[in-house]
Amino acid sequence: MAERSGADILVQCLVDLGVDTVFGYPGGAVLPIYDTIYEHPTIKHVLVRHEQAAAHAAEGYARSTGKPGVVLVTSGPGATNAITGITDALMDSIPIVVITGQVATHLIGSDAFQEADTVGLTRHCTKHNYLVKDPGDLARVIHEAFYIATAGRPGPVVIDIPKDVQVATAEYERPALNAHPRYQPQVEPDPEAIARAADLIAAAERPIIYSGGGIINSGPEASAALRALAEMTGAPVTSTLMGLGAFPASSPQWLGMLGMHGTYESNWAMNQADLILCLGARFDDRVTGRLDAFAPNSKKIHVDIDRSSINKIIPVDIPIVADSGRAIEALIAALKARGFKKPDLRDWWHRIEEWRARKSLDYIEMGKEIMPQRAIAALYEATRGRQTIITTEVGQHQMWAAQHFHFDAPNKWLTSGGLGTMGYGFPAAIGAQLGNPDALVIDIAGDASIQMNIQELGTVIQYGLPVKIFILNNEYMGMVRQWQELTYESRYSHSYSDSLPNFVKLAEAYGARGIRIETRDQLEAGIAEMIAHPGPVVVDCHVVKLSNCFPMIPSGAAHTDMLLDPSQVSGIMDDEAKALV
Amino acid sequence: MHIRQEDSERHVLSVTVDNEAGILARIAGLVSARGYNIESLTVADVSEDHRVSRITIVTQGPPRVVDQIIAQLERLVPVHQVRDLTDTGPFVERELALIKVAGTGEVRSEALRLAEVFRAKVVDTTLESFVFEITGPTSKIDTFVTLMRELGLVELCRTGVVGMLRGASA
Repeated sequence: MAERSGADILVQCLVDLGVDTVFGYPGGAVLPIYDTIYEHPTIKHVLVRHEQAAAHAAEGYARSTGKPGVVLVTSGPGATNAITGITDALMDSIPIVVITGQVATHLIGSDAFQEADTVGLTRHCTKHNYLVKDPGDLARVIHEAFYIATAGRPGPVVIDIPKDVQVATAEYERPALNAHPRYQPQVEPDPEAIARAADLIAAAERPIIYSGGGIINSGPEASAALRALAEMTGAPVTSTLMGLGAFPASSPQWLGMLGMHGTYESNWAMNQADLILCLGARFDDRVTGRLDAFAPNSKKIHVDIDRSSINKIIPVDIPIVADSGRAIEALIAALKARGFKKPDLRDWWHRIEEWRARKSLDYIEMGKEIMPQRAIAALYEATRGRQTIITTEVGQHQMWAAQHFHFDAPNKWLTSGGLGTMGYGFPAAIGAQLGNPDALVIDIAGDASIQMNIQELGTVIQYGLPVKIFILNNEYMGMVRQWQELTYESRYSHSYSDSLPNFVKLAEAYGARGIRIETRDQLEAGIAEMIAHPGPVVVDCHVVKLSNCFPMIPSGAAHTDMLLDPSQVSGIMDDEAKALV
Repeated sequence: MHIRQEDSERHVLSVTVDNEAGILARIAGLVSARGYNIESLTVADVSEDHRVSRITIVTQGPPRVVDQIIAQLERLVPVHQVRDLTDTGPFVERELALIKVAGTGEVRSEALRLAEVFRAKVVDTTLESFVFEITGPTSKIDTFVTLMRELGLVELCRTGVVGMLRGASA
């Protein structure tokens, strides 16, 4: 068999694995690989303007298509710049494979030019990582990396390839798929646990389904199964930020998101439930609030593909380690087998409707100015019926988007939940647009977050990507300011967005369309113009500067201590609360 | 405001892993990143083909935290199996220490007498020093070390604990 260079083997593996898009940035230590993909017939390389954006774009591609995203960056700064995106993918369980160049093997450890200890630096922000020192190992490692990134709980995998390994040669034989000899996550649920869970569901008087990103990661079948289970049981459904879209927001059984900025009805229903069925979520601190007051009188069933998520924060009655979709299907089968009939939950629903009647997402309009919630609602109305994918940055705008944009299908909502990465949304939108060329992809942004990766305007222009950036501009890092109001007597320490650029002119400087919306009467027309324009658009939507995101469970408070509007804010937090994130 | 503490207990974990570069850093880093305590950690290659290493970790934590440590270790791709010897029990644990004691006259002979009581071996000697080798459970070594400090201990080196379940099965 003829020998091939390491770079050639790498690219052949990507082709064999069905990779069509790579997000990257060239540099000295990856030149052999870049030479191999030069004018490649099937692999499209997308040149970003900063390696962090490459990782987020790969995440956006992965989350919107269900296929792993691929990143290619150079050694040293290329790798370190990608680390925020890699960590983001770890926290949100997103499958990406990051290929980093490394200095030649004989130079490793010598402080060579653009050398960084990439495997050392990424050891704890990846699901797994590799340093490949022999081109003969490349094929196995690359196939294994794609398997590990996608199997079980998905996550990022880094492959660090020294430059001499890219140049040296070895024989290439395509390895068998799913080649890892031992890493075989448990996906099928334990039938006995399923039977006990079915007992609890059958006996519950006040059940609630609490679903999360695990349903999205499990695939569209899991979302379908979730809908079937909800239909079968008549139980109310709430979801984490990561899980939005798995259950249709248009269903009467949908209570809205739960947690810190969740709805009144979902948080009260969690608090008062006698059975919580947690499907692919992990009792994050943003969901539970004060732990000793969390759902005090409920039995809990927890389905998670990652054993370490179970009993980590909240002790549960029935742990089920499994793929969430398979577990739901097994639950449905178990319920059917025992002749389960939809129970009479009228009393429970009566209480829920009372909470719902508080209309916790309502807001008061302020004259001609645009309330941020109004802007999101208008965006939602204008894009209904289209194939729309929403990404966000991090902050108030993200929570308003989660509250006021409603999703009926999975993989349409891409947001940085775990790591909370400002600068995520725009590159993620680029990845989503490449994976879904016909979709309307909108990054709902804030004036501060968007500046963290705004250089990617160059990328959307270069590749003709019609991504829309919709900035809710309140001239503040709004969530920081909101917390300073709640915690530090409104001392706005460095949370004012001073010296903002003219976003319209900035867009135009790159060759994109810029639109400014300043008053309510301009809102619908501005959004329509944004949607109608065939290329990339930056919308600078000026909103009420000091409005805050409600409802809110203050840090360290219980679900029942929700603040519904600013008038309920009294005093400042004590030190215990201040110390919580 | 004060930082809260929970009651903790000692557990001996036996972990089998792929014998690959960086595995020790992976394990030690996981433990430190998640804020767990390690009392000792030993590692050596144990398989005929040199592909599998066995790590013994002694850790302290509330039961809930120990359970998390095990779950987190099991999540690592190169980890084959994690066994909590303390929970699975009964098990044997041993540690080896080298202890250098310097002195002359009565102190020197007392050190040698105590070493015999503890079944420590003399592995090096000069006219004014001994190096003792002692194996046993941690508590035995602790006691011997405390006595030797009184008698002129100048240097101490311990391996950390290795442990194995009692009985016929692996």
